[in-house]
Amino acid sequence: MELIWEGIREALNLLINLDLEVSAVTLLSLEVSGLAILLSILIGVPLGAALALKQFPGRGFLVSISNLGLGLPPVVVGLWVSIFLWRSGPLGFLGMMYSPGAIVIAQSVIAIPVVTSFSLAAFQQLNPRLRLLLQSLGANWWQSLWYLVQEARLGLLAAVMAGFGAIISEVGASMMVGGNIKGQTRVLTTAVSMEVSKGNFGMAIAISVILLLLTYIFVAAMTWAQQKRRPL
Amino acid sequence: MVPLLELEKITLVRSGRTVLDIEDFQLLERTRTAFMGPNGAGKSTLLLLLAGLLTPTTGAIRYRGQDLRSLNLDLWRQRTAMVLQEPVLLDRSVRRNIELGLIIRKRPAPERKRKVDEWLERLNITVLADRSARALSGGEARRVSLARALVLEPELLLLDEPFNSLDEDTTNNLINDLRRILPESGATTILVTHHREEAVALVETLCRMESGRIVSCRQLPA
Repeated sequence: MELIWEGIREALNLLINLDLEVSAVTLLSLEVSGLAILLSILIGVPLGAALALKQFPGRGFLVSISNLGLGLPPVVVGLWVSIFLWRSGPLGFLGMMYSPGAIVIAQSVIAIPVVTSFSLAAFQQLNPRLRLLLQSLGANWWQSLWYLVQEARLGLLAAVMAGFGAIISEVGASMMVGGNIKGQTRVLTTAVSMEVSKGNFGMAIAISVILLLLTYIFVAAMTWAQQKRRPL
Repeated sequence: MVPLLELEKITLVRSGRTVLDIEDFQLLERTRTAFMGPNGAGKSTLLLLLAGLLTPTTGAIRYRGQDLRSLNLDLWRQRTAMVLQEPVLLDRSVRRNIELGLIIRKRPAPERKRKVDEWLERLNITVLADRSARALSGGEARRVSLARALVLEPELLLLDEPFNSLDEDTTNNLINDLRRILPESGATTILVTHHREEAVALVETLCRMESGRIVSCRQLPA
């Protein structure tokens, strides 16, 4: 118990004194996971919409692949992204290995299937005649998509929360493709892992409290957007 | 007199089955026509075709003598309004639902407000304006759905079983209102129904469909 209180005290201390190293790690975590979730939304939501609203050969296979991604172990993603980004790999010429960009790629690979699968479910729950109605009112393809997104907003916000939760909490992929380099690729989860391995439980708890706090702020904002009062 | 719409040798084949086969049909402007017939006769499919939501396999649909294929489909849809069997409403306020088509058609806000207020009043649902569409009864939802179509002042109004699954009193109230509203609106109207009394109350011409064909049309006594 003493260890937990010590960790919380240290977390407050780090937050109040704005510890430079922890601030840098926190900012990098936000940047990397923020960019990854943005990419995942841009790719996953239209992909989910296409899978939900269009019929084409191979659709069922793509849905099963997307759902497989829900259980994709981050360390497996880290391994495959490493293979691709490694100097001798197919994308080695990009020179991205052990950079924040590599972590963004790995986290996007983790989050895209999550956002896609949840978006697919959100769009499929809509009344199938809604599209017909929008078309009959004269809506073009983009206008129809816009209104479908609005109607599916509760499920889509859940998709974003699930995607963000998956990447802000993962450690395996960030460790493998980022390398946990101090001042360059160290993010909150890899920092916690490292502090634990060094036996610095107080520091590890402190960073974990910051991580939890950040995650809560994001999820609370999304929950507010999702649950805010609608007209009765 | 050039008819508003003319269907010539129309067929529609879906999954290898001919679901519509109409040799010749004309619809004059500002008339009201009902289609009756058994389930699967092609009544609702005909409405979807006229709304520009389905394309005929063969044949031509002419609007004021001009082939629909030479018109922009989005523009054609903006001349029509359809009320579906089920009142599909957005999870928004009643006002927002009614002005949806006007927003899609990029009408200015003052015009939207004026028209929505007018149709809220004409369909006796002004009191519901700010209520969520989720909280409506079946009859109220049907009125909102009708207002959403009528507010567009369409040239062609397509009503697909608009009283479906409503109780008798609600249906009678709605028919009484529509008996006044439809002639006032000036829209050429097609009603699909299973109930002769609904047709008799609202239209001038009653057509019967069977197996995708229009088998008869006759004028109803005034």
